[in-house]
Amino acid sequence: MDPSRRAPRSAIDPVPKFRQVGFFTPGAPPERSQSGPPDPTHSTPVSDVSQSANSLSPVMIPPPRHLSDNLVINARPTLASPLRADSLAGGGVSSFGDFFPAPMSPATPASSSYSSRMAAGEGSFFERHGGGGDKGNNAGKVASSFPRGGFDLTAMKKVSGIGGGGGSGVGVPASELTTVSVVNDSLAIHEKEKANRGGGSAVEAKDQSTGSKQQKPKTTKAERRALQESQRAAKAAAKAEGNKASGAATSVNAKPAKAAKPTPKVDNAAVAASEKKGGDCPPEKDRKKDVPQPRMQYDDKSRVEKAKRRAVVKQTEARNRVELFRHLPQYEHGSQLPDLESKFFHLDPVHPAVYKVGLQYLSGDICGANARCIAMFQAFQEAIKDYRVPPEKTLVRDLTAKIGSYVSFLNECRPISISMGNAIRFLKSRIAKLPLTLSESEAKVSLQSDIERFISEKIVLANKVIVKHAVTKIRDGDVLLTYGSSSAVEMILLHAHELGKQFRVVVVDSRPKLRGQLLLRRLLEKGLSCEYTHINAVSYIMHEVTRVFLGASSVLSNGTVYSRVGTACVAMVAHAFRVPVIVCCEAYKFHDRVQLDSICSNELGDPDIISNVRGREDVNYLDGWANVENLQLLNLIYDATPSDYVSMIVTDYGMVPPTSVPVIVREYGREQVWI
Amino acid sequence: MWWRSASFILDRQQNDAALRPDTSSTVTPPPPTESSSAMGLPTDHNPNISAYYQTRAAHHAVVTSDWLAQAQAAAAVAHDPPQSTSTADPDKPFSVIDVFNNWRRQPDLAEAVAAIRALAAVIRSSQASTMMQLEIELKKASDSLKAWDTTSISLTAGCDLFMRYVTRTSALEYEDFNSAKSRLIERAEKFGEISYKSRKIIAMLSQEFIFDGCTILVHGFSRVVFEVLKLAAQNKKLFRVFCTEGRPDRTGLRLSNELAKLDVPVKLVIDSAVAYTMDEVDMVFVGADGVVESGGIINMMGTYQIALVANSMNKPVYVAAESYKFARLYPLDQKDLAPALRPIDFGVPIPSKVEVERSARDYTPPQYLTLLFTDLGVLTPSVVSDELIQLYL
Repeated sequence: MDPSRRAPRSAIDPVPKFRQVGFFTPGAPPERSQSGPPDPTHSTPVSDVSQSANSLSPVMIPPPRHLSDNLVINARPTLASPLRADSLAGGGVSSFGDFFPAPMSPATPASSSYSSRMAAGEGSFFERHGGGGDKGNNAGKVASSFPRGGFDLTAMKKVSGIGGGGGSGVGVPASELTTVSVVNDSLAIHEKEKANRGGGSAVEAKDQSTGSKQQKPKTTKAERRALQESQRAAKAAAKAEGNKASGAATSVNAKPAKAAKPTPKVDNAAVAASEKKGGDCPPEKDRKKDVPQPRMQYDDKSRVEKAKRRAVVKQTEARNRVELFRHLPQYEHGSQLPDLESKFFHLDPVHPAVYKVGLQYLSGDICGANARCIAMFQAFQEAIKDYRVPPEKTLVRDLTAKIGSYVSFLNECRPISISMGNAIRFLKSRIAKLPLTLSESEAKVSLQSDIERFISEKIVLANKVIVKHAVTKIRDGDVLLTYGSSSAVEMILLHAHELGKQFRVVVVDSRPKLRGQLLLRRLLEKGLSCEYTHINAVSYIMHEVTRVFLGASSVLSNGTVYSRVGTACVAMVAHAFRVPVIVCCEAYKFHDRVQLDSICSNELGDPDIISNVRGREDVNYLDGWANVENLQLLNLIYDATPSDYVSMIVTDYGMVPPTSVPVIVREYGREQVWI
Repeated sequence: MWWRSASFILDRQQNDAALRPDTSSTVTPPPPTESSSAMGLPTDHNPNISAYYQTRAAHHAVVTSDWLAQAQAAAAVAHDPPQSTSTADPDKPFSVIDVFNNWRRQPDLAEAVAAIRALAAVIRSSQASTMMQLEIELKKASDSLKAWDTTSISLTAGCDLFMRYVTRTSALEYEDFNSAKSRLIERAEKFGEISYKSRKIIAMLSQEFIFDGCTILVHGFSRVVFEVLKLAAQNKKLFRVFCTEGRPDRTGLRLSNELAKLDVPVKLVIDSAVAYTMDEVDMVFVGADGVVESGGIINMMGTYQIALVANSMNKPVYVAAESYKFARLYPLDQKDLAPALRPIDFGVPIPSKVEVERSARDYTPPQYLTLLFTDLGVLTPSVVSDELIQLYL
């Protein structure tokens, strides 16, 4: 009424750049409150900073370094001093080198790529808990983790012993958990964590970690030497032992790396963990139930180590990791397939059906989110059919553990996709909700039918509904562009063709997978008129296109479309040409996470594929260059398309704008779990 | 040409209104008149002309040549007191369209509200003895209503919403059919009442957006927008209104007339002068034929370009729309709509070779809208879809 009203109103941006939905309120983003316990989450980064300020330089963005550096440096006969001088003189790592001797820094990319850490959110932190909770949940895993812990300890001692022998001059008492050296200390914390899970007190671990923090500056140099020695030894051993023992070799090899990991990170997490453990255990458990397991941060050495020890699939060290993507599981498959195949008959823990699917993932025979999800569920169905409850165990607990182990096996073969994560969450909740009165066979039957229903309702039927909706957006004379090969888009195109609509399809494809060719072949078989081009020409072809249809691996809560790499590029070009971009995605692939870039969560493919073209000797300029240190090959699998570039998302609940994804997640996410 | 002037038409319409009993506030349907051509509302409409726009033309007293003929006929009929035939023909089958047409004759009543009331009447007069029968009957009635005019978004949306609102209720769990039915009727009437009042709610909600000394650009004649401005004038707010002319049916002229009666300073602007005047404007107020799922609106032709101009000059664009206009549509671009055609009177003969764009409305994407004033509250465009998901799923 009065002119002063004007001011607040002008605050309302007349042209809201982001169309805000109710959920974006700054107070409590549901994603956060659901997936993270309120207090520790916020305190972690803060304490992290303060601690790092104590022990490390506050700015910890390192110059690009690779794991291979580590090996190269370690192999040098001259140890610390020259390198340190280098780094000091270079100034690039000077702040780092002040506190940490240079040779150690390459081994610590995890903590040093701090910004990416922050970007990744509380990933590593959660994971620690996730892992803990997981073990708490799965009786089987707890049991197995203890002996391994023991092994870890002894191995570690041996390593540090070698280090001592190398003349480090640090007393390494080889007997106790609580020691002065950082090696044993970090180890001790792990030990303590395990003890904690077993019911130990939280305070102890905390004490230890703080103790270790104080002692660190003293021991680092010696520690580094010990590490180098041991790594050299390990490497030599690995070479000597050759292929057969490579598993053991890598474990030894990588262990020192883990030991060398500067403790602040570990401490921190451990402290946070212990605080959390002591504080709010029940909420933690609740949270665990409805939130899928956080992803593993692969630059967190200790976690990687643990995972490796459990692994069935043998992991080999990746070569040159790309700086921003170190936290992702590196592509290490390559030669594992024959090795795994040979293990087929003496692998006890994994059901053959699951094993088969795992191998198919590994070799790339099954790809595409839906296909992978269906294959996984069918394998699980098989596994559940053959499942017998072991004596003195309950089905609910044991089967959950079993499924968990299958999932981790599949995850080793290829990182599971978001849609698979949702499906697994569904299955686990079904198992957990099984009435206790059900007999074993009844329970199994009910689970199998649940899986059946999930596949038919959430995938097959959902696809039909999507096709029904999307076809209404195809008119005669349209030119439709699609990228890669999406099953939903393929069905839409075929159905529209069956309806007699006159349209043309432009299939845009990209190296290295060239999945568009598969789609193209199937479309041509049905008599559609198609055009095929690579993504390089997308800006040329876009001006004649009237609609862009894209598939998606997942749609996140902020409307970001997470899909095959290149999708974002196509969507952006289409947006620039004012061509509507229609994303087709089943609602079971929606996820309540928010992601702003393609870095935090992604998957890395085989770097060799992009460095050379098979069968094209004339263009393989990089032959023999792929292993050069200062070359980083990045083969990303996914990318994130911001919601601004998406006009519409076609899902089983109809056609919705990307801003409505959280509504569907909120309204139907539950139902999906309870189905 | 004196009879083509807007004021003449207006005066005559007011005369008509004065002659007829005031039925707009009652819930009982007005007595059906024998002649369906009264008020220029043909029941069998020309397929080339959107029925929705015929109704609008009638309600808004727009001056088109074919309407004038109808209006003259209507005037002839309306001077006779309407015979009451509502009691007659008990054996005549109940037709939802008839009821709808009767309701539709009230100029203040939106088409969707008329449809909602007609559907409520269907429940009341239903002979069904089971819930399922009743539902099927309702479904049929709403389908026939929707088929009667496929170009009206609010009619379709209103019917759909009514079905949702009425049939999705605990009433279906009643043991006794009659009590369930009365519950349904109660609910239907409540829904009709809500819809009827929504304009007033919107007017109240949007008051605080109109500040003293502001200049408002209005496009076309929207009853909601008029209600908003009327209330603001009654609240003694000082503001200025720019009315676009609103070719071809000159709805802007009507609005400027109405506003002038309320002593609101009005300036008429031809449609092509929007960009020229935009720098003086503080906000743009438009109504909507339909609000679609993306949060964008479908409205009278010209809204899109006004929104574009306003957006590029950083002026807020406010939309006043009742929630029964929320439709489950998702147009991707301008041509992605069922076309609603209407005749355009250019005043001079157009050679037959020349094509005429006769579409009556356009689609304004959500990124050009600032806020939507609805009876559900003041919403950002993206909330529309959330509300729709909750309403329909």
